[in-house]
Amino acid sequence: MKQSIFVVKENVKIAKNTMKMVLAGDTSHITKSGQFVNIKIEGLFLRRPISVCDVEDGVLTIIYKVVGKGTEAMEVMEAGQELDILTGLGNGYDTAKSGDKPVLIGGGVGVPPMYNLAKRLKTEGKDVQVILGFNTEEEVFYKEEFETLGVKVYVATADGSVGTKGFVTDVLKTLDYTYFFTCGPMPMFKAIESIAKTSGQYSFEERMGCGFGACMGCSCETKYGNKRICKDGPVLEREEIIW
Amino acid sequence: MVDLKTTLCGITMDNPIIPASGTFGYGYEFAELYDINCLGSFSFKGTTREPRFGNPLPRIAECNDGMINAVGLQNPGVDAVIAKEMPKLAACFNKPVMANVSGFSIDEYTEVVQKLDNQEQIGWFEVNISCPNVHGGGMAFGTTCEGAAAVTKAVRQVTKKPLIIKLSPNVTNIVEIAKACESEGADGISLINTLLGMRIDLKTKKPVIANKMGGFSGHAILPVALRMVYQVYEACDIPIVGMGGVQTAEEVIEMMLAGATAVEVGAANLVNPFACKEIIEDLPRVMDKYNIKSLSEIIGGAH
Repeated sequence: MKQSIFVVKENVKIAKNTMKMVLAGDTSHITKSGQFVNIKIEGLFLRRPISVCDVEDGVLTIIYKVVGKGTEAMEVMEAGQELDILTGLGNGYDTAKSGDKPVLIGGGVGVPPMYNLAKRLKTEGKDVQVILGFNTEEEVFYKEEFETLGVKVYVATADGSVGTKGFVTDVLKTLDYTYFFTCGPMPMFKAIESIAKTSGQYSFEERMGCGFGACMGCSCETKYGNKRICKDGPVLEREEIIW
Repeated sequence: MVDLKTTLCGITMDNPIIPASGTFGYGYEFAELYDINCLGSFSFKGTTREPRFGNPLPRIAECNDGMINAVGLQNPGVDAVIAKEMPKLAACFNKPVMANVSGFSIDEYTEVVQKLDNQEQIGWFEVNISCPNVHGGGMAFGTTCEGAAAVTKAVRQVTKKPLIIKLSPNVTNIVEIAKACESEGADGISLINTLLGMRIDLKTKKPVIANKMGGFSGHAILPVALRMVYQVYEACDIPIVGMGGVQTAEEVIEMMLAGATAVEVGAANLVNPFACKEIIEDLPRVMDKYNIKSLSEIIGGAH
């Protein structure tokens, strides 16, 4: 974990209620896909945890949905603004278990961490497949960015406006895969859990106090004992999760 | 050269800053960030007889200039604390530590204190009779003079180490409760624990926190804490560990002027993990500014 100042380089709307922010700063403590950062926002007491979409040589990209006070304040930030950010939080995905043909499943704001993960698995020589789930066309983002990585991309929308009509699981059940990695809402997790054919890793979201393991605000019980979502997670293995 | 030293119940500390229980774990998460030996001491995570998972999630809510938590005393239980946490703590901290203890019955308090009593690194016991987030214990003892006195009296029998009782602000008369603890042999009083509070989510129209209510802490509660420390200082002769909303060196001095011998910093650690270190480093500047040579000389100076 590192506390440092980042400078906003870009903050743009990329889909309905969805913003992409690019920041410059010390990214050396972000070592794994699926980690998150915790952002201090002027006027708010608690920091706001946001997953890392991509990181490269001092450039951090985050994608966030505008849902409350914190993200509303972020939405109006402009290039040049400085932000106090804790980086390198959370365990991140363990790619060693992926096998040759992993599938990555992102639902809504669970899509961003899949991007850096897809990139990493691709570099590791894996045959990567990605399923992106959204409600409707105006919420879809990053389809082209994933395609540019040279991975196979499937989109599912609940209303059928783009890609497969239905849920990520409607695509998942048609695919062959060696392992899965996922991030998204709980109903999606439960649907995946009911049909997944392999082992896999889920990344959980929870209201946090500190984000670095001190306050026990985001604990959960697992088959391997109590874990803190922020420090021992957010990524948990399928085998340890108590649903 | 200014003097930051303060003596709490016979133990001299390099400075008055103590991270508050529940915001600092057992120390080692913060030791990854900085050398925590710069602290006066720290109060470790509230420890009970049995391991506890605590309350259902969500346990945290944002407030203006503060937060609500309803963690509910999650901890691995006293045996695991002795076997696993104390050795890890000793590896990153070489000063006396404050052992924060909680319970659901008088027997539980005494048993936990007895088990911890031979741990050399424990300098003080901070007995929490004020946790607002558990039922049938914690704050139930801290809201009446009889309950507070009974816990103090029982724990007093089983330890010779300095015994500090941590009080709840959720009472009509904090002074009477502090005096009840003092009369049963407490060596010190720490206050305030969190204020009972609530937030409601407009989308769900239900309380944000699964436990509905939780403990309100953070910068917003400083005036309440200062007032209570001031009142207890007037009425008691034993030292006070002041806490509640402190996040700057100026506020540490304010708390000491109100009557605190040492000062705990809680919620601030969760927002800025370097809060305590920065306060300690900033104290000499602020003391110079207000012409204070020695912190121990200003204790209760506002009276």
